[in-house]
Amino acid sequence: MIDNVIPARAGMTKQENNMRYLPLTDTDRQDMLSVIGASSVDDLFVDVPAEARLSDKIAGLPDHASELAVERHMAALARKNLSAGEAPFFLGAGAYRHHVPASVDHLIQRGEFLTAYTPYQPEIAQGTLQVLFEFQTQVARLLGCDVANASMYDGSTACWEAIGMARRITKRGKAILSSGLHPHYVSVANTMAKFTGDALVHQAPTLDAATDIDALIAGIDKDTSCVVVQYPDILGRIADLTPLADAAHAAGALLVAVVTEPVALGAIKAPGHMGADIVVGEGQSIGVGLQFGGPYLGLFGCKQKYVRQMPGRLCGETVDAAGKRGFVLTLSTREQHIRREKATSNICTNSGLCALAFSIHMTLLGERGLRELATLNHGLAVQAADRLRQVPGVTLLNDSFFNEFTLVLSKDARDVVRNLADRGVLGGVSLGRLFPDASEIGHGLVVAVTETVTVEDIETLAKALEEELA
Amino acid sequence: MTMLKEGRPTAPQAVNEADSAPATVTGNRALMLEEALIFEIGSTDTTGVDFAEAPKVASRLGNLARTDGIGLPGLSEQETVRHYTRLSRQNYAIDLGLFPLGSCTMKHNPRLNEKVARMPGFADLHPLAPQSTVQGALAVIHELAQWLVTLTGMHSVAMSPKAGAHGELCGLLAIRSALEARGDARSVILVPESAHGTNPATAAFCGYKVEDIPATPDGRVDLEALKARLGPDVAAVMITNPNTCGLFEREMKTISDAVHAAGAFVYCDGANFNAIVGRVRPGDLGVDAMHINLHKTFSTPHGGGGPGSGPVVLSEALTPFAPLPFVEKQGDRFVLVEEETVEDHHASSFGRMVAFHGQMGMFTRALTYILSHGADGLRQVASDAVLNANYILRSLDDVLDAPFGGSGPCMHEALFSDKGLAEGFTTLDIAKGLIDEGFHPMTMYFPLVVHGAMLVEPTETESKAALDQFILALRSLAERAKAGDEALKGAPYFAPRRRLDETLAARKPVLTWTEGALAQAAE
Repeated sequence: MIDNVIPARAGMTKQENNMRYLPLTDTDRQDMLSVIGASSVDDLFVDVPAEARLSDKIAGLPDHASELAVERHMAALARKNLSAGEAPFFLGAGAYRHHVPASVDHLIQRGEFLTAYTPYQPEIAQGTLQVLFEFQTQVARLLGCDVANASMYDGSTACWEAIGMARRITKRGKAILSSGLHPHYVSVANTMAKFTGDALVHQAPTLDAATDIDALIAGIDKDTSCVVVQYPDILGRIADLTPLADAAHAAGALLVAVVTEPVALGAIKAPGHMGADIVVGEGQSIGVGLQFGGPYLGLFGCKQKYVRQMPGRLCGETVDAAGKRGFVLTLSTREQHIRREKATSNICTNSGLCALAFSIHMTLLGERGLRELATLNHGLAVQAADRLRQVPGVTLLNDSFFNEFTLVLSKDARDVVRNLADRGVLGGVSLGRLFPDASEIGHGLVVAVTETVTVEDIETLAKALEEELA
Repeated sequence: MTMLKEGRPTAPQAVNEADSAPATVTGNRALMLEEALIFEIGSTDTTGVDFAEAPKVASRLGNLARTDGIGLPGLSEQETVRHYTRLSRQNYAIDLGLFPLGSCTMKHNPRLNEKVARMPGFADLHPLAPQSTVQGALAVIHELAQWLVTLTGMHSVAMSPKAGAHGELCGLLAIRSALEARGDARSVILVPESAHGTNPATAAFCGYKVEDIPATPDGRVDLEALKARLGPDVAAVMITNPNTCGLFEREMKTISDAVHAAGAFVYCDGANFNAIVGRVRPGDLGVDAMHINLHKTFSTPHGGGGPGSGPVVLSEALTPFAPLPFVEKQGDRFVLVEEETVEDHHASSFGRMVAFHGQMGMFTRALTYILSHGADGLRQVASDAVLNANYILRSLDDVLDAPFGGSGPCMHEALFSDKGLAEGFTTLDIAKGLIDEGFHPMTMYFPLVVHGAMLVEPTETESKAALDQFILALRSLAERAKAGDEALKGAPYFAPRRRLDETLAARKPVLTWTEGALAQAAE
């Protein structure tokens, strides 16, 4: 049943029955069994009912294989993909390709970070804990929040956790989701709402230069727990969130802002500074890489007054018995391992190593580097938008944007994207794939332009689009 | 001028052990280096990255340009490397030694897995890239899925859950969907007292009332109490097997049959699958849904708290309700079934749980691990994991109380209690003493059904020599705690920090850096 099976390794030592990651020898095993007082390892499995005990390895699967053989097999699979670096590349829509400095990946591969556990024993986990404290501070400042947690799984799960948090704070169950919110985030929230009982209000976007902020404001009522708005939104549009925050607060509701491209916050105002009560985000674009969708990094920040309703782990500063500064996981009475069914979330394992990568990359950038990176992204995106809008059959939707914008094509964008891929150009994400139920926006193509895009890439895309739309 | 011929001293003077080490002006102690926060050593004007000059364009940012100082300090590359290298050295890790955290399965993380995950053909792929350009990535997901289904004897697998607790959510959502599909609203989920905290938290999140099932004196689910509680209001039973006491639930099949007869489903917490992989298939025990922590059994690195990955294997009854997206093989092609195509043949799906397709970076690592071991090696993993745990159990049950040691062998973890320690001595003291002996402590005070629990999971990747040294250390600490050695209460002495004040941290939380925040909190 396994395709491309690896043949059993020739010359396997039957007597020892070892493979390279298992250090016990048969002599060790015999010595240990005699200490235990058992005659065979099978005797240790006596509690398994006989009818469920497998007497031998599972049939139909290959045996162990050498490092070389496995690497060859996996490399062959890797070669069947067209990686982003091999093509002019313009995909975004919630995952962005940025250059990650070499030192980031080197540092996260230090075994002391890579092979450590959640820092439950703080005396021997100060490295991880100090990183988390620095990460929380970096994220809070970037998002414009008072506090941030030590990470969630990804942006989409952080988003529904925020909706749940707003329900607990306001004791109301109706959340209004902007049409500009990433449709996968909407799907995740819809899935969860089926079981939590939240009522979600949402419509698909229209191909309009203006965001839906006015409609959102009009929809807020006394039952509204929160308004969830993405910034920049799924079509790349940006708008001041302050009127929305004011309207939400006037009705006793919260504003939840979602940022899927945190590099943008090196150029545009932070949602927390425009009145958002909770700001969540996808941190992937700083330090983490594309990785075909995961692992990613959920960012979660909020106002200080809501900290005890936050989901996830928090790291705090304290002192040790000798009076030295140190860090510990704290406020854990919110969490599942203490509160069980009364916890604010069931999350346990989060995205620790991705948080480390984000934090290292952000430290390398610093504020100056982040601003330069954001400026470069915006400059290239403006260049690309102005070039691509000249292609016959292409209209630029956005008045304003950061590094991502929407083109309205004269043809269905799904077909165009597939045809561009056949030409070796990864030209963007079609709105038809993102919103399969909204055929009226099927001509929309979302194009992201980061520092990894060259002027030649832009020209290649423009020429290819010209031919596809001719 | 004449050359000096004296040279430098080449032999040390004898050390008087009673001498205390002098203080240093830096606070450093040779290789033990203190490291300040980036906010104290960096500056917002420093950067370790340089970029091409941005094109001169008219801004399209509307009136939204960020003008405030963000407050993000930067360091040069060299300072950055040094900062994080120094911090890394304040961590314990599997790469340094035995890490016997029960229920966490801290085994060796093979480096081939890291190399494979970083191949550009996997690492540099966009999740929304056209499917024709990611056939190899979809093949990886499909191949790993086939292995997981075969190893567990189940019908299908949902790959997208991001971690174990997220997998629990997936399983319970599938169960609730199946019940709703047959118009059967049920309100209660039964969870044993010994369960991981995530189990009741997940059940509550899904809108269920959680009720405890008691344990028998031999550390297993009380079958009679469970049967007595089953009824038309019970949606599911969540059972960890092997359980958190390190014991196999002997009556698992009987439990499943009783649960099914009552119209409910069996969720199995698969955190401890490492003990039985290749030797028992949960599908043969009547399980309907079980998450598999790829970061435990299949050795993707824990990374100081994640990322994990929690695929959920499902029975035939639950398969129609599995979440989007998933990978199907259609002829020679792999197809990602998502919203666009779901109506055709997966209309009962309960929907999407995450933005994209799950933890691809963990899938490549786990598949690499699985192919390296093969069917024979994976079976040996369970055998050696159980052998190592029993070796620890029987090497220490004369000095530490093993509450279930009399009921037979344990599975992959050995459980001890604090019974018999001197007045005022606790499990915490033994745990902190292990730190000074160069080990990460075992899981402590869990499971909740055993007083002062110490749960030791050595895993299969430890050599006998490493186990013997750990046994020596734990034996010595047990003897000291029983003898009332006061020095133990001060441990650890040799770690980067002494015991930390968690009460202070929680009373006035300082969660972000501001100058002098802690001093204010302490006042």
